[in-house]
Amino acid sequence: MWIKGGTIIDPANGIEQAGDIHIREGLIADVCLNGSRETDEEVIDASGLWVIPGLIDMHVHLREPGFEYKEDIASGSRAAAAGGITTVVCMPNTDPVNDNPSVTRYIVEKARHQALIRVLPAGAITRGLQGTELSEMGLMKAAGIVAVTDDGKSVTDAGVMRRGMEYAATFDLPVISHCQDKSLGVSGVMNEGGLSSRLGLAGIPSLTEDIVISRDTLLARYTGLPIHITHVSTASGLEIIRQAKEAGVRVSCDATPHHLLLTEDRVRGYDTNAKMYPPLRREEDRLALIEGIRSGAVDCIATDHAPHARDEKDLDFDLAPFGVIGLQTLLPAIYRLHRGHDIDFGRILACVTVNPARILGIEGGSLSPGVRADVTLFDPSSSWVFTRESVLSKSANSPFIGTEMQGRVIRTIVEGRSVYRI
Amino acid sequence: MNWPHKDVIAISDLTAGEIGHVLDMASSFKEISRRDIKKVPTLRGKTVVLLFYEPSTRTRLSFEIAAKRLSADTVSLSASGSSFSKGETIMDAVYNVMAMAPDCIVIRYPYAGIPAKMAELLPCSVINGGDGFHEHPTQALLDMYSLHEHFGRLQGLTVAIVGDIMHSRVARSNVYGLKKMGATVVLVAPKTLLPPGVETWGAQVTTELDPVIPEADAVMMLRVQKERLSERFFSDEREYAVFYGMNKRRVDMMKDGAVIMHPGPMNRGVEITYDAADGARSIILDQVENGVAVRMTLLYLSMGGTVNVD
Repeated sequence: MWIKGGTIIDPANGIEQAGDIHIREGLIADVCLNGSRETDEEVIDASGLWVIPGLIDMHVHLREPGFEYKEDIASGSRAAAAGGITTVVCMPNTDPVNDNPSVTRYIVEKARHQALIRVLPAGAITRGLQGTELSEMGLMKAAGIVAVTDDGKSVTDAGVMRRGMEYAATFDLPVISHCQDKSLGVSGVMNEGGLSSRLGLAGIPSLTEDIVISRDTLLARYTGLPIHITHVSTASGLEIIRQAKEAGVRVSCDATPHHLLLTEDRVRGYDTNAKMYPPLRREEDRLALIEGIRSGAVDCIATDHAPHARDEKDLDFDLAPFGVIGLQTLLPAIYRLHRGHDIDFGRILACVTVNPARILGIEGGSLSPGVRADVTLFDPSSSWVFTRESVLSKSANSPFIGTEMQGRVIRTIVEGRSVYRI
Repeated sequence: MNWPHKDVIAISDLTAGEIGHVLDMASSFKEISRRDIKKVPTLRGKTVVLLFYEPSTRTRLSFEIAAKRLSADTVSLSASGSSFSKGETIMDAVYNVMAMAPDCIVIRYPYAGIPAKMAELLPCSVINGGDGFHEHPTQALLDMYSLHEHFGRLQGLTVAIVGDIMHSRVARSNVYGLKKMGATVVLVAPKTLLPPGVETWGAQVTTELDPVIPEADAVMMLRVQKERLSERFFSDEREYAVFYGMNKRRVDMMKDGAVIMHPGPMNRGVEITYDAADGARSIILDQVENGVAVRMTLLYLSMGGTVNVD
């Protein structure tokens, strides 16, 4: 199969020019930048389109097993495919928790039969996400996990976190840390500040996040082991990460599209689709994250796709669960950052391709000859409105519902097979 | 002129002129409550539903009496004894009430934001009887009415609000309202009970009560909620009373003509002593009486009444 006539953007190889791609037996066979060859194979016409590596979203809640009413592996993978995402890392806070190889095998099996894209599970650091006993990381790795995390909460005990990092390193598993000291902002539901006080909502200070970012980077510094901070949302937290990086600490981080595009202002009107952890922060935090993408302090963009059923979100702001979906809007969000903040598209694209692949130690995220042929065709000139009806997830809890999106995924190819096309 | 609001959700939605109109009109409504026959036919045929999802004695009774004195029919529903306790969401409950075609819903609710959402979605009038720690506009209006009644003006008054500012909807609504009317507001609380960003409210903020007392024309004491103790916002009631309570010593420090207010219910012996609550400076029961008049005014205006302009 050939993809001809598009603009190839492949940050891993520093390519940003017109060219053709040859796919054979599920792998990238060749990238031709100097004119096309005649062929009798299938040709996909990509004129006017951007041809990019399939996206890797390293932070997704597929909710299976246990919460299939919110999302399952099949529906989540359909939404991902429509978003141009060809690999997701799914979080372990399922029911039962993915803290042992049986659950890992269940997810892997389900994904093999039902997922349109590559689904890579993350296992728990601690059993039942309880923060006390370590999970069976080695056996889970053998069953298919690519990382460990207690996402949804922090490992509160620093000693357990240290052992978790050391144990994970034993099996060469990256550790993803959700940073939240619950004792600060106990009943908080939005960013703490003047606006939370005005709206009469309890606040979550930046400190809730920063204090754990600080602890985890200190643990990484002391042990010499890597740590990945997920969904950093504060300027001050990112500054801690930046300084640690400068000092040679093996720390990386990701930010979400909603923290890059929205601020706490979105909470006026008490829309529960503006409620997530970490909360939407101030404009200066948002701009700091964007600057972090530009400078490289922010390594990855991940959606933290967190589906919740309508009846769960249709509650008071105080009572509704935290989280928003994000798979289908990831690429338009990235495109908006590129256009709105004049950041090189290749640099942003690296945040959802080569960078997460490197941090996770997985194949993919590039168009290098010989790698799995995960390719997305993107039309930057097409605009569309993200409506409730266009949501392919089982849940529609997105702050972008009703928003006009610039840029559209035209086709998603996983290992040489088209899994989504319009 | 026509009253431009279908609903009363937040003091921050009202202009100084509108607040002035409410206070003016409340005087004529207050007169009705002092008659022998305390009833006028103004709202005959109108149905007012009181939805109280949080315990309340004063506010609920005040609204009910206000509606009845205007000849409206009232139905009252509280959280226990309603399907709220059976897990029905608030908006489902509200739509069910709406299906029975009330003209006005008064809502008291433990979380912020629901009255505003109802006002947006429902065709009937919605009056916020207090939502979470967001706003309590009718309380602020009756407080301003009481101050105006006593001093003949609001402009230039200094009003101290003392206590749990962080969790107080009464404090928020009063700050917004009093500032619009030209009063100076001083907020007094331990740092743990001052809300984040309070410095942007345009009020003076201090942790020391004693220096504020001789400067204030009115001192409004807020109720101390017992659960704040377990949440470690302060040490104990004894210490709280010493630093932030109204007592005989502080009553004597107040300037001539200055008054003591409390939105109720009071914790006697904690934020206010017997001498202070029942002494000559207290206008606490005037506040309660005026609550009926102010709520009559708001019910009347929300359901299509016009504002008298001289």
